[in-house]
Amino acid sequence: MNRGEDRTPALGSVSPALEQRLQELWEGEGGLKGVLSTVDHKKIGLRYIVTAFVFLLLGGIEALIMRLQLAGPDLRLLGPEQYDQLFSTHGMTMIFLYAGPVLSGFSNYLWPLMLGTRDMAFPRVNALSYWIYLAAGIFVYVGFLGGNGPNDGWFNYVPYANRDYSPGMGEDFYALGMVLLGTSTTLGAANFIVTAMRTRAPGMSINRVPILLWGTLTANVANLLVVPAVSLAFFLLWMDRQFGTHFFDVRAGGQPLLWQHLFWIFGHPWVYAIVLPAMAFVSDGLPVFCRRPLVGYPLVALSTVATMILGFGVWVHHMFATGLPALGMSFFSAASIAIVVPSAVAVFSWLATIWHGRPVVTTAFMFFASTIILFVLGGVSGFMTASVPVDWQLTDTYFVVAHLHYVLIGINVFPVVGALYFWFPKMTGRLLDERLGRWNFWLMFIGFNVGFLPMHLTGLLGMPRRVYTYGPDMGWNTLNLVTSIGAFILAVGIVLLLVNVLKSRRGGAPAGANPWDAHTLEWSIPSPPPPYNFAVIPAVASRHPLWEGYLDEELRSSLDRGLLLDQAKESLGTSPLDALPDMILRMPEDTVAPFVLTIGLGVLFAGLIAKSWGLALVGGIVLTAALVVWLWPRRELREREAVRG
Amino acid sequence: MSASVDDIPEAGGQGRGGPASKRVVVGYGFWIFLLSDIIMFATLFASYAVLAGATAGGPRSQDLFRPGSVALETAFLLASSFVCGMATLAVERRNQRWTQAALLLTGLLGAGFLTLEIREFASLVERGAGPSRSAFLSAFFTLVGCHGLHVTAGLLWLGTMMAQFLAKGFRQNIRHRYLCFSLFWHTLDIIWVAIFNLVYLVGTTPYV
Repeated sequence: MNRGEDRTPALGSVSPALEQRLQELWEGEGGLKGVLSTVDHKKIGLRYIVTAFVFLLLGGIEALIMRLQLAGPDLRLLGPEQYDQLFSTHGMTMIFLYAGPVLSGFSNYLWPLMLGTRDMAFPRVNALSYWIYLAAGIFVYVGFLGGNGPNDGWFNYVPYANRDYSPGMGEDFYALGMVLLGTSTTLGAANFIVTAMRTRAPGMSINRVPILLWGTLTANVANLLVVPAVSLAFFLLWMDRQFGTHFFDVRAGGQPLLWQHLFWIFGHPWVYAIVLPAMAFVSDGLPVFCRRPLVGYPLVALSTVATMILGFGVWVHHMFATGLPALGMSFFSAASIAIVVPSAVAVFSWLATIWHGRPVVTTAFMFFASTIILFVLGGVSGFMTASVPVDWQLTDTYFVVAHLHYVLIGINVFPVVGALYFWFPKMTGRLLDERLGRWNFWLMFIGFNVGFLPMHLTGLLGMPRRVYTYGPDMGWNTLNLVTSIGAFILAVGIVLLLVNVLKSRRGGAPAGANPWDAHTLEWSIPSPPPPYNFAVIPAVASRHPLWEGYLDEELRSSLDRGLLLDQAKESLGTSPLDALPDMILRMPEDTVAPFVLTIGLGVLFAGLIAKSWGLALVGGIVLTAALVVWLWPRRELREREAVRG
Repeated sequence: MSASVDDIPEAGGQGRGGPASKRVVVGYGFWIFLLSDIIMFATLFASYAVLAGATAGGPRSQDLFRPGSVALETAFLLASSFVCGMATLAVERRNQRWTQAALLLTGLLGAGFLTLEIREFASLVERGAGPSRSAFLSAFFTLVGCHGLHVTAGLLWLGTMMAQFLAKGFRQNIRHRYLCFSLFWHTLDIIWVAIFNLVYLVGTTPYV
């Protein structure tokens, strides 16, 4: 009998014997070795989410300390140098270590479940992406806690960041940390793209995928195209600082504006990359609570892609005040205004979905619905700064700070918390507490708006961002006090979220497979899902495999009967657009190689920052050894049987 | 034991075997990952273009570059890419001897390229035109040096591929790795063509 990867898999139905067999094949080891060696996307996804939330809390504490300092005029809780490090680390933490990775975490956890497959396309690369992300986070925080945080803002402009003006090691930790994180993001992006294109369940053609696939796929194509630019820019900065090159050094012909271009050619697409998947949470979650499919699915899918494409051409709006030629600026200004159109498509689609639906108001619904309001507010203030003359008035004031927090908290944190309420039952088998959820929502929503709405005025009254204190007669006192109060209310809301998670993880109401009566594939399997996800590979015939009974009067998707892949750790590969069955994918066993490789990489980077080439060499050797173990040809099933005779 | 699919040539070159298989997820993933490498080089090209005239009173490209030596380098690398293509044909025919011979020649030509590049760098540094002389030279050394590092990594990878074919034969997963290697090697060739044109040809065009 042919048992190789070239066979045609048999059809079969879900049965206890099958589940038992798959459990044995897919279940990972326990203990420390299991923790370090797992390649299960669900465990890796949860790790991403938990780690990102730890960084959210760290960044939040940094924000609260800054708000204490700014609560009144002439306060001296922090000195200027401490304040500089604090706001730079706050920005770096929230943008790089929270906002991007938390979305990778959700997509890592959800994609294979939504797409009807058993893991990501490259599970070991997935583990490697997570470990490197963790290493990069630890790396920059080691610098910060040792008094070497970045202190030139998260966009780290030269010449401030040159060695002459920042002689400490703070910028070096930031620069090398970002190179490390860039590796993780790029590897993850390639993995997401291949997973999206080659592993969807048969029948899930590209027009039947959940919007989260569009959001995360688009974001990761962008990551793949722009993250290398910023990694390289940080690497060049490090060489300028440590090895006497002159990329950004005016005295030897270098160009400070080159830094700004390289940073923002990454930075602005990245802004879309950290909101598009979160907008997709809303597009996928809102319809479930509105009890009807998303209005205008094709338009929302296409506008997601359109936003990203336009998003590549708007970066210069961060540089309107640098004296670039007017003609160039007008193009970027026009693009920045035009990008409102695809964003508005999503907003109107969500509004229409609520309008035409019969909303069931849950905490998740409230977080998703409030995203619409905050998105509009943050969008309008962004649209204002897209106009060059207005931008000249507003740039580097608190108006911009208000705008970016409306966008990043409004379209990242709020939908992420909504997504947590929505998918927590799938992850743990328990529902989050709804009563606590209401308190959680209203405290966050009120606190956020009390904090950040007045900030627009503070900015219009001329308060520059990044000042460590201000005089009493500037007219900013009351507004700043209100903002600080709002920040603390928001923080209480976040604490309630943590309380709810800790309380409900064990003691919440049991959820069952599909507590919300939702329509996508992840709700067709038990909560929490078994290690192999799907006992048989489902065949999908619509956008709403679990709602076909309501919508089409005829069940067309086949969830309990499908292709059997139970002879080894295997999954199904399908064609990119139509998702026709194409091949059997042999999935890798658990391995510590990604973890060891990351240790090697970490030691290598520690050697680089300390300029200890011996240490860097040791790191390089460990890294190479891990790579050899990783690539060591595994013994094929056929060979094992031949040996046994 | 019956013949497995690994023993059947995919295409023998005489119209047998049908079209080449597209069932290669590893190659697809690597190809996508290579895009990020290309973006990194694009960024380096952009930086070089901005800084190419920023000589800070130091030597200009016209004073430094020697077209003859660079032409020889280019010939080595292009020939190496061609021989790498021959190796791919030999792998498809499962011919161990030709595979090893072609890969060895690929490596030798690559090493020749690298030797010439290192000599060029050494001579520049000797003449006081090192990477810290001016922003132009910082950009030049980083762009061309980054390509050189990629070629070095490629040579090490090539060695391991030869060893794997020798020790384990033409197994499917090793052939998939070889596919990734050849993609990598040809990509370096494409990038070099851009370097040759934008750095050396433009850089040695006399001012008019």
